[in-house]
Amino acid sequence: MLYREAGQFKTTYAADMAVFPIRQDRIALALLVAVAFIAVPFMAEAQVWPFRTDYMVRAILIPFLILSLAAVGVNILIGYCGQISLGSGAFMAIGAYSAYKFATGVHIPLAWLGTAISIPPLPGLISIPLGGLMAALVGILFGIPSLRIKGLYLAVATLAAQFFFDWVFIRVKWFVNYNSSGSVSAPDMYLGPIHINTPVERYLLCLSAVVIFATLAKNLVRGNIGRQWMAIRDMDIAAELMGIRPLYAKLSAFAVSSFIVGVAGALFAFMYLGAWEPLAFDINRSFQLLFMVIIGGLGSILGCFLGAAFILILPIMLDQIPHAVGIPVSVETVSHLVFIVTGGLICYLLIVEPRGFARLWGIAKEKLRLWPFPY
Amino acid sequence: MKADVNPKPVARSGPVVANGDVLLAVSNVSLSFGGVKAIRDVSLDIRKGEIRAIIGPNGAGKTSMLNVINGFYHPQQGTISFKGRERRAMRPYIAASQGIARTFQNVALFKGMSTLDNIMTGRTLKMRKGIIQQALYWGLSQREEIQHRRVVEEIIDFLEIQHIRKTPVGKLPYGLQKRVELGRALATEPELLLLDEPMAGMNLEEKQDMSRFILTVRDAFNTTIALIEHDIGVVMDLSDRVVVLDYGRKIADGTPAEVQANQAVIDAYLGIPH
Repeated sequence: MLYREAGQFKTTYAADMAVFPIRQDRIALALLVAVAFIAVPFMAEAQVWPFRTDYMVRAILIPFLILSLAAVGVNILIGYCGQISLGSGAFMAIGAYSAYKFATGVHIPLAWLGTAISIPPLPGLISIPLGGLMAALVGILFGIPSLRIKGLYLAVATLAAQFFFDWVFIRVKWFVNYNSSGSVSAPDMYLGPIHINTPVERYLLCLSAVVIFATLAKNLVRGNIGRQWMAIRDMDIAAELMGIRPLYAKLSAFAVSSFIVGVAGALFAFMYLGAWEPLAFDINRSFQLLFMVIIGGLGSILGCFLGAAFILILPIMLDQIPHAVGIPVSVETVSHLVFIVTGGLICYLLIVEPRGFARLWGIAKEKLRLWPFPY
Repeated sequence: MKADVNPKPVARSGPVVANGDVLLAVSNVSLSFGGVKAIRDVSLDIRKGEIRAIIGPNGAGKTSMLNVINGFYHPQQGTISFKGRERRAMRPYIAASQGIARTFQNVALFKGMSTLDNIMTGRTLKMRKGIIQQALYWGLSQREEIQHRRVVEEIIDFLEIQHIRKTPVGKLPYGLQKRVELGRALATEPELLLLDEPMAGMNLEEKQDMSRFILTVRDAFNTTIALIEHDIGVVMDLSDRVVVLDYGRKIADGTPAEVQANQAVIDAYLGIPH
């Protein structure tokens, strides 16, 4: 009964084209943003349940936010533009390592010209978007095969990016500033005079980034460029006859997607991992992001968050249940059980609703509007 | 049904606008796929403001001809001149930007998108805002969206599909899908509209509606139309001039009455006793 839109008339096209045309949705979103920006930090500072330790913020909320953002990027490419990519992990790595290089200073000796390119160390907040830009450039490069090949063949071609950059970041010592161990640690982050160090500060930075980039992404997918992407996805021949240039539509999807994934990669490295090796962005990461997008819902920004929550948070929750309830099972058994339960749930979900959580949410909304009548 | 539906479009005798300027001229075009000759040395012209029908038995090369005209196939020989500009091969999106739009034999809509978004896609070429402005949305890009939304709503009103504005087109019945596809083509404000079997698989009522839309598009929007159709009754009633293809060759060209009386056409459709 609460979820009724009767009486909410739209008198302008602007109102009709709003992201949340229903008032109840807007209120719910405002509440959620308020909780995320105000309540969570206060509760974490006051250490009330469930924020007794900083585990909740540090190990659950921060990676959830960052991987949701990465999933938004992946969804633009796969869900909206229909170009299957298995190289998302590589683009996260490019974002992370580029941001690291920008933050620690870039020095490229050009001996044959008798000169060198030198960029002094930049502040972290500037290096992270620059990392995204580098990922976007590489994304455009690795998007070129998409002009010739489609579907699974393209997926295999993007694997090339994954393996190539795995190799590059292990073998090319320049990227790790010639550190012998091959691992790098993120430089300190400053927002003006404030040192972003505690989990809550990191959480707020990640949250702001997610809100900003998710809003920009939503604006893109509902605008002209988003319609071009979807047109290419649904019927590329007809799209071309409508005047859409496949080159521009596909490469812009690769660029925007890689930019967001690259920013997420830089945040993941700087704000969550702190110190990392190329292994953090291997093919498992690509698959993890792909599963988030598929389970959340292809072609839905909301779905990215739901998918990330399912893939990331559910196993952690399941892990806690036996101890919380007091069932005496070994830690090993629990972790195996978590795999079985999560895997089973994924199969179940994809059979019940192949279009993911976003679709389930849409159906639930329809039912709510009509409740208590069936139709 | 609406009251203004003319149950049977009045057959117009004689060439109505046959003295218009030539908008598109196809000269001596030949197209083959390996050994299969789809089009053999065909020339035809489409004049400004007319409804030009292309008919012929299955496999005559009608759809291939449309594909040549909008740049999807590149003929081995011959030239196409549109608005006086001559070319042999071009990319379909360039043809679209010059003012050629089309619909498809088996509906080629963007299935995951709503009716509104499908028709909005037709406005792509008219939208100028860059990717950054679209990402920021509020302000310039929103104003542009609203401006084009107005045009699209007019097309929606014209085609009487207001009630399915927000429905994903994949869920629509076939007749409505055909209508949405016509709307998407109209949204590009074409000078030449190519319709590939706009009435295939429709019942009588839907055919009447579609005929009404086609005539109105020509008269009100001043669009030149080339259409492929198998319903000979519709072709004879709607078109100003008819060209008949058979096995890739042009066998007749003229007014509906002339074509109807042509012995080669009758032979092609009914066969010749051996």
